[in-house]
Parts: sequence; structure tokens; C-alpha cells
Amino acid sequence: MKTYDMAELAVRNLRESILRNSLTTVGISVGVASLVAMLSLGIGLQQLAGRRLQKSGLFDTVVVTSRRDLRGFNREQEENGPAPAESPALNEDSRQKIAQLPDVVEAYPDIRFVTELRYEDRPFLTMVAGLPFSAKNNDAFDGMQGNFFSSETASEAILQKSFAAQLLGKTPKAGSEEASVADLAKPLLGKQVTLRYAERAAMPETQTSDSAATAYSVVSREVTLKIVAVCDLDPDSMRGQARARVFLPLKLAQNLHVMQPSDLRDTTNSAGSTPAYTTVEVHVKSPTQVQTVEDAIKKMGFNTFSIVDATRSLRQFFAVLDLFLGIFGSLALAVASIGIINTLVMAILERRREIGIMKAIGASDGDVKGLFFAEAGVMGVFGGFVGVALGWTIGRVINLGTNVYLKRQHFPPEQIWFVPWWLVLGAIGFAIVVSLLSGLYPASRAARLDPVQALRYE
Amino acid sequence: MSAGESSMKNSIAIRTENLCRHYKMGDALIRAVDGISIQIASGEFVALLGTSGSGKSSLLNLIAGLDRPTSGTVVVQKSDLAKFSREELAKYRLHTVGMVFQSFNLIPSMTLLENVELPLRFAEVDRGKREGLARQALERVGLSARWRHRPTELSGGEQQRASLARALINQPRFLLADEPTGNLDSQTGTEIMNFIREFNETLGMTIIMVTHERTLAERYASRMTFLADGKLIGDQSNVASATTRNGATL
Repeated sequence: MKTYDMAELAVRNLRESILRNSLTTVGISVGVASLVAMLSLGIGLQQLAGRRLQKSGLFDTVVVTSRRDLRGFNREQEENGPAPAESPALNEDSRQKIAQLPDVVEAYPDIRFVTELRYEDRPFLTMVAGLPFSAKNNDAFDGMQGNFFSSETASEAILQKSFAAQLLGKTPKAGSEEASVADLAKPLLGKQVTLRYAERAAMPETQTSDSAATAYSVVSREVTLKIVAVCDLDPDSMRGQARARVFLPLKLAQNLHVMQPSDLRDTTNSAGSTPAYTTVEVHVKSPTQVQTVEDAIKKMGFNTFSIVDATRSLRQFFAVLDLFLGIFGSLALAVASIGIINTLVMAILERRREIGIMKAIGASDGDVKGLFFAEAGVMGVFGGFVGVALGWTIGRVINLGTNVYLKRQHFPPEQIWFVPWWLVLGAIGFAIVVSLLSGLYPASRAARLDPVQALRYE
Repeated sequence: MSAGESSMKNSIAIRTENLCRHYKMGDALIRAVDGISIQIASGEFVALLGTSGSGKSSLLNLIAGLDRPTSGTVVVQKSDLAKFSREELAKYRLHTVGMVFQSFNLIPSMTLLENVELPLRFAEVDRGKREGLARQALERVGLSARWRHRPTELSGGEQQRASLARALINQPRFLLADEPTGNLDSQTGTEIMNFIREFNETLGMTIIMVTHERTLAERYASRMTFLADGKLIGDQSNVASATTRNGATL
């Protein structure tokens, strides 16, 4: 029999016992729906976590420190590596070398210094940090009021919320409500602050006769900065930048050549005349490449630190979560497949005579088998489509409910549930495959039926 | 002249040799067909006669390729059915033989047209051609107006006519009829038998009909074969049927 004829015959046979076959199909739909709902929840949560992590930049960052500083995060590295004095200095040359490693997006020095800032002629002592331009997309700046730096060297500053409050004399008292970022930003945006700092200025060549000697002068300088934004960063969070309260464009901060604590120490050893960085932050393309980049940097003789292990266990957690959600979802589909087997076996008993007739007038085993197989397949196709639609609706409702709840708890809405195309197609395909597998036994049983026996049966 | 000798004039279409079909039912061995050797010539109208349980339907099933012999051979048009695969047997049933049954065996969920069309589906005939052929076949048995009806909406005679149309649809060489009038009143039975005879005479189909009504066999068949306990106990050509063939008694 031609495939088309077989499908047509299958559909008309299914229509003959519409109630029973519809119920079986509903069973498959519920199975598929539960699978889709479960997996889409898993995928949604994973994406949510992924989005958060990627935006935070925590998991694709490697922090590089010089071994000379004796302030690495990893004891083991310090004990096992070469002697600190023999390891290379973490200077501009090393930074460029690191930046050229494969899979490295950028490598920038962590420039921070404690200095004095003057606003309306009042002095404030605070930590200032250079902020790379790429931080623009960082979720840390989500609630920021104002604009990000206009260029990489603009004389502009972004203030941390609590520092802004300090400038305005609005430091919240214990127990009282904090002022909102918008309220703090309004009087400050566009205003100017003066940054006073100590510049490390190179000595003219002629003044040093000994080439090995390190000589520089320290000059007191001032720069005027325009406040462009106030951000809502938590100063105590894990991120290095967050610990500062005033941010400058990184290039600008570098060009200021602010005297660093390490400079003084370097004058006592043979580090040379080029200034060294305390730490360099390296951004890697994706968390999966962090390990290789880290290894490459270690080979160069630096200490490294990343929280790649945390992402690994997180990925593992989601893989296990998806697996379990998938298993629970599939359980309903397994029950549905038993429904298909039951329906088709019942159909064979009922249609015994019909099978006998078909064989008597020339149907081959293959025709009969194909017909029952097609009936299972048609139920699978219908069940799959209806099930995906149902699962999608369930997910929508869950999402809606969750967002209503989040809103009540004053959280921004979140997409905790996501149905990708591969899941839609995969679920329909899975439903068809499961249905066909369930049809295998009934179909071969129908095909084996002895026509003489079947026709005798009344 | 014996029936066997007269049939020799035409080519032998079906030949069985020492054909046996034994069943085991519990401890007992049922010899449904027990060593039957028979030759049927092309174009013959053979009636298989016998009481209930004599093995006539079992013999018909073996010739129809619905059942396989325990031993012996069934040679149809020079091919031994016993050596056919299941697939080959299905093809044989589809193209070489047409069957009608006492209980009509139409599929109740299908219309007459769909029932008649069904063997064409198995034969993978194009959709476009199928309906025309099925309608022609229904027209031939006088059911052209009822093609849309389901079997349950028809009388017994009409159902049997539809099943005749179905048996003819693939233009088989043999028509095998198992008590075709068994569920019909005598008038409708005559109607059906006239159709069968017409197929025998105008289409040259070889007919093998199982019946327990001797009068029916005498009236239509050209040869009567008697069975009892799975064995052939008599075989005679039927001169009487020639009278009815030529005319008046219908």
C-alpha cells in the first residue's frame, strides 16, 4: 500500500473509534506537555542564571597578579612556582602579551588608588578606580542614572551611590530609608569635581648615570572631572571595581600615572624603571575557555585566580536539573505510550475480523503492520502538536504567575521559562518516535494474525 | 467419461497432490484435509460438496492461499503455493484469486465504494483510477446507485453483490466462493448464482464454490466434487447444469 493511502486509511480508522483514540491522543499530549513544561523551565532557569553570570562578568574573568607581590590568591601556586624574584613583572609589556593570547577578549590593569576628591571646595578621601569601556554592558550598571563615559579618555567620573550621598551630605542614618539613585543623581549630574593625586613622573634620562637605578619624581597634580552618572553598585560585592566609589575611564586613569604603592617597593628591587601593575583583569570569550587561558598565563610566570570551578559545578547542577526534569516529564509520556499500546491492542481484538478480511483480499503482512503503525504515528503527530501547544501554554501561565509574584515582592519581571525551537521540534519528534515504538508490538501482532482464524472468529 | 478426463481437455489450472491439512486440538489430531488429489481445469465451475466438517472450506482456504498445507502440494498455474513466502501468498490472493464468503465479509466502517476499492489500494493502483474501476465493478453487479452506503444499510443480497464486485476488482483468474448463498433466501441466492455463472461464462473465470446444497450445485456447476472427513469421495461432471445454462428454468 502507498504511504499516502496508508495514512488516509489510518486516519479514517482512528475516526471510527473517535472517543477512545482521542483519549489516547490526549494522554500523549499531556505527556508531551509535561515534558515541554519541565524542560522549558529547566532551560529558562539555566538561561536566567547564565544571563546573570555573563553580565556580572564574574565567570569569564581571570585575575592576574605578579608573583613578586606575594599577594596571590592561591597558596599552592606560590609555594610551587619559581621564586618571586625570578618571576616576570606585571607591566604594560606583560599585559599586551596576555591580551594577545587566544580567546582573550581584553586584558586591562586594575588601577585604583586612594586619594582626595574636592566637591564644592570640600575634600573627600575615597578609593578611585579605572573602569574599562567594556564595563558599559555590565549588569552592575543596570540601575545607573545618567550616561556612561563619552569616550575612553574623557575627563568624566561615575560616582557610586553612597559616595554621591556623602557629597550631598545625605548619608542615610541607621534605620532611615536610603535616597534613590535618581534623587542623588539629579543635583550632581553635570557638576564638576576636582581629583588631586600624586603623579609618578619619569626623570629625564640625563639625570641618571646608573642604568640599573630606578628614578622618578612624585608630583602633586589636579584634574577636573565632570560627573556623568551615579550608579547603584554594592561597594561590598565581590567585584574589584565595586570596591571603589569613584570611577574614571580606564585609559584616563592610566594616563594620569598615579603613584602606586607597588612603585615604592619596586624601587628597592631590580624591577626596572617601567611601572608595574598590581593586578591585571583578563576577560575571556566564554567561561568554558577560562581554564586554558588561565593555564597559559600561569606558564608566563604569573599567579592567576578565577572562579571557573564555580561555573563548572553550576553547569553540572543544571545538567542534572535538566536530566531530572526531563525524566519526570518523560514519565508522563511513558504512561501515554502504554495507553497507545493498550488502545492498539484493543483495536486488534475489535478489528480481528477486519484484519482477516483485508488479508483474504490481498493485504500483505506489511500492509497490515504499516496500517497499525501509521495509526500509532498519527496519534503521535496529533499528540505531539497538541502537547507542545499545551506545554507552551502551561509555561506561559507559570511565567505569568511568577512575574505577578515577583512584582508583589518588588522584583523586576524575569523570563524563568523558555521554549526554544529545538525543544518544540524535539518534543513533537519524541512523541512520534514514542508512539511508533508503542505501535511496534501491536502492529506486528496484527500482521501475524492468521486470516483463517480471524475470519472464523465471530 | 469421468470428470477428471473431461477437464483434461482444457489446461490444468489448479492441481493438488496428496494435500493434507491437519490441526492439533488438545490431544486430538483433526484431519481437516486428508490426502486430497484433484485437478481443476481453467474455466471450470467446480462445486465442492459435503456436510459440515467434511473439509470443503479447509480445501478452499488452501487453494485460496489463506492457509498452508501440512503436507502435499497445491499447484496453481504451475506454482506451488506451499513454497510461497507470506509476501508472495498475499500477492497471489490479491491478483490471482477473488473470494466471496457466506457472511459477505465487507468492512462495516467503509462505504461500498471503499470496500470495493480496497484491493486496488493494496495493489497500489493510483487514486485517480481507483474510483472509476470500483464504480464500474459496482455497476456490473447492479449497485451503482448505492456506492455511498455502508454495508449495514444494505440487504444480504446487495452485500453479497458488493463482495462479488470486490472479488472481481483486480480481475483474478479464479473466483473462490465459500457458501455464497448460505445467508440468503432462495431468490436472492439465485440472483447471486446467476452473477457467478455469468463471470464463469463471459469472463472465463474458473469458479470453485463450496456448498452443502446439492440442488444448487447441480443447477450451476459443471463439475461436482464430494468430500467427507477430509477425503475426496466422489467427482462427477454435471450434465444437468447445461440445461439451466441454456436457458429457461431461472
